[in-house]
Amino acid sequence: MPDTTRFDERMTQRLRNIIVQFQHIEGAMLPLLHEIQSAFGYVPREAEPEIALALNLTRAEVHGVISFYHDYRREPAGRHVLKLCRAEACQSMGSEAQAKAVLDHLGLNWGETSADGRITIEAVYCLGLCATAPSALFDDQPIGRINASRLVALAEAAA
Amino acid sequence: MDIFVPQDMAAVAVGANQVADAIIAEARRRNIMVRVIRNGSRGMFWLEPLVEIATPAGRVGYADVRAEDVPSLFDAGFAEGKPCGNHLGLVENIPYFAKQTRFVFKRAGLIDPLSLDDYRAHGGWRGLENALSAGPSAIVAAVKASGLRGRGGAGFPTGIKWETVARAEAAQKYIVCNADEGDSGTFADRLIMEADPFALIEGMVIAGIGVGATRGYIYLRSEYPFAITMMNRAIALARTAGMLGSSINGSHHAFELEVRVGAGAYVCGEETALLDSLEGKRGQVRAKPPLPAIKGLFGQPTVINNTISLASVPFILAEGASAFADVGYGRSRGTMPVQLAGNIRHGGLFEAAFGLTLGALVDEIGGGTQTGRPVRAVQAGGPLGAYFPPSMFDTPYDYEAFAKCDGLIGHGGLVVFDDSVDMARMARFAMAFCAHESCGKCTPCRIGAVRGVETFDKLLAGIDVSQNLALIEDLCETMKFGSLCALGGFTPYPVLSAMRHFPEDFVPAPLRHAAE
Ligand SMILES: Cc1cc2nc3c(=O)[nH]c(=O)nc-3n(C[C@H](O)[C@H](O)[C@H](O)COP(=O)(O)O)c2cc1C
Ligand code: SF4
Ligand code: FES
Repeated sequence: MPDTTRFDERMTQRLRNIIVQFQHIEGAMLPLLHEIQSAFGYVPREAEPEIALALNLTRAEVHGVISFYHDYRREPAGRHVLKLCRAEACQSMGSEAQAKAVLDHLGLNWGETSADGRITIEAVYCLGLCATAPSALFDDQPIGRINASRLVALAEAAA
Repeated sequence: MDIFVPQDMAAVAVGANQVADAIIAEARRRNIMVRVIRNGSRGMFWLEPLVEIATPAGRVGYADVRAEDVPSLFDAGFAEGKPCGNHLGLVENIPYFAKQTRFVFKRAGLIDPLSLDDYRAHGGWRGLENALSAGPSAIVAAVKASGLRGRGGAGFPTGIKWETVARAEAAQKYIVCNADEGDSGTFADRLIMEADPFALIEGMVIAGIGVGATRGYIYLRSEYPFAITMMNRAIALARTAGMLGSSINGSHHAFELEVRVGAGAYVCGEETALLDSLEGKRGQVRAKPPLPAIKGLFGQPTVINNTISLASVPFILAEGASAFADVGYGRSRGTMPVQLAGNIRHGGLFEAAFGLTLGALVDEIGGGTQTGRPVRAVQAGGPLGAYFPPSMFDTPYDYEAFAKCDGLIGHGGLVVFDDSVDMARMARFAMAFCAHESCGKCTPCRIGAVRGVETFDKLLAGIDVSQNLALIEDLCETMKFGSLCALGGFTPYPVLSAMRHFPEDFVPAPLRHAAE
């Protein structure tokens, strides 16, 4: 597992800079959380009281929002994220068998990160690529008509 | 020389970027002047990467182009549109394309999605210009007369929704585009946003003028990174062109528009959950009434429509309501972008008037399965839609006809399965998906779906099969009638249709093995 990064003074400052940018827009919460996740790779627990203060909410409310959405990570992911689609159209083209082969090869379960911190495998439910299924997203790169050996090669080539 | 290589996410997923780079490099090496235009996709995804060459006779296509084949294609005269590689001839003569009625997707794949000149040259902004001169009440009247029904799933008449918002008094009203497109087997919203983003902007601006709303949001799912980039760029361009901002096309109407990115919750496609999510809350479903049209975003009157509903509006205002209403079937007017997905040979988007049969769509247009095995089941309308067996392929594609057989048109997706599918597993998946995505507000859905999964697990293990089947039937009844929204309320449809039409997959495990 990757270290849960220690939250130092510099990171707190970075967090506050993001919060002030978003705090006054209509419905600030989701854009703010997305920005925090894109800056830190996850939404640190340390962010909760800061957001609560800025948006005039309780810490529990902020926590409730973060935990509701599948996108927000509570700890850093690997250096690369491979999302494999598990929805029906991909299943019709054998996605589950391909996914199992990838997971078995890497010795991981859904949502887990490799010991060297290189890759996290996550499930996704439809990428809108259902006519060239099964589908995957490797970081920001979409991949259609996936097969396990190609994905394993991609995962292993990644630094 | 213009060469078109789609930048659509599905085309890129099968190598379109590498093909574009290879074409540019090869042309440079040969000293041939070419302009590579990154169009959107035509929606014929099984042909991607589909490269098109502009010739004096029209646009000639090449299917399934690979980067490594580009040099030999140039040798064979590909840059002049000569027959070589997977030459398709004129793209618009491909039967799959020629058979369509492209009202909403007429520019998709044809133009550079971010070219304002292309957009105008192909009929863009004409609907908005007509709307500005006709005025708000005529806009709402035209949408009503077109017979347009919401393309997001529920099929509610769009014009009636707009009329309610137009009549409501408020200092601030909103137009919200539902671009959450969570249904497996659907990609129409993604395609229009990536291929013709100004059409959605134009539709939303017309909606704003029609009902007196000056702010709009596009709630766009995070799984669509290409569409997010495209819409943001298109909004910035439309603003510079005076089509967004404080004076729309020089008029006294103002409209501001912004993209908001979702966070991976299927239930946020439900309109009231979406509004809560936009407000920055957990995406939980609200009890209705009040309707969003009366008390919507931040408590203000709000039009919330699907992407395709809104993108249909420019056509209606440009060509007239009757041009839209004249095609269709029964009370389903206009065209529907049917999305052929899953295990299908010709997977892609097929825009046609309502009324084709399910069988015509799957077998004739879709070409049957990609694996070449017999079609066994088709799930229509996403994860909350029923499974149809081929014996029901004579059902016409129409809201009422589908409803009559406990089915759903939904957002227009059709997911095809061959005879290797295990329908008991698919039924279990429907329950598991509901459990995974439940917003937690009501017990039948939150608890029922979890019980459903547990019961299926016993059943699949061969334990007390008939009792557990009866239990699932009961559970489905409870979910159908006790759920606040269609996530819990419609999950029974895929489950029960699988049990009803494919009973042989639900017999005890030892018997199933014996039958094989
Ligand atoms: C669980 C659930 C998910 C939904 N997902 C979507 C969606 O992704 N996109 C959409 O347009 N409508 C979706 N809907 C339907 C919306 O609630 C609503 O009917 C629609 O946005 C209204 O727009 P329309 O009239 O233009 O279709 C969903 C409904 C439910 C119950
Ligand atoms: S049916 Fe499910 S998703 Fe819908 S309101 Fe109830 S708990 Fe939420
Ligand atoms: S179901 Fe996998 S991409 Fe749509």
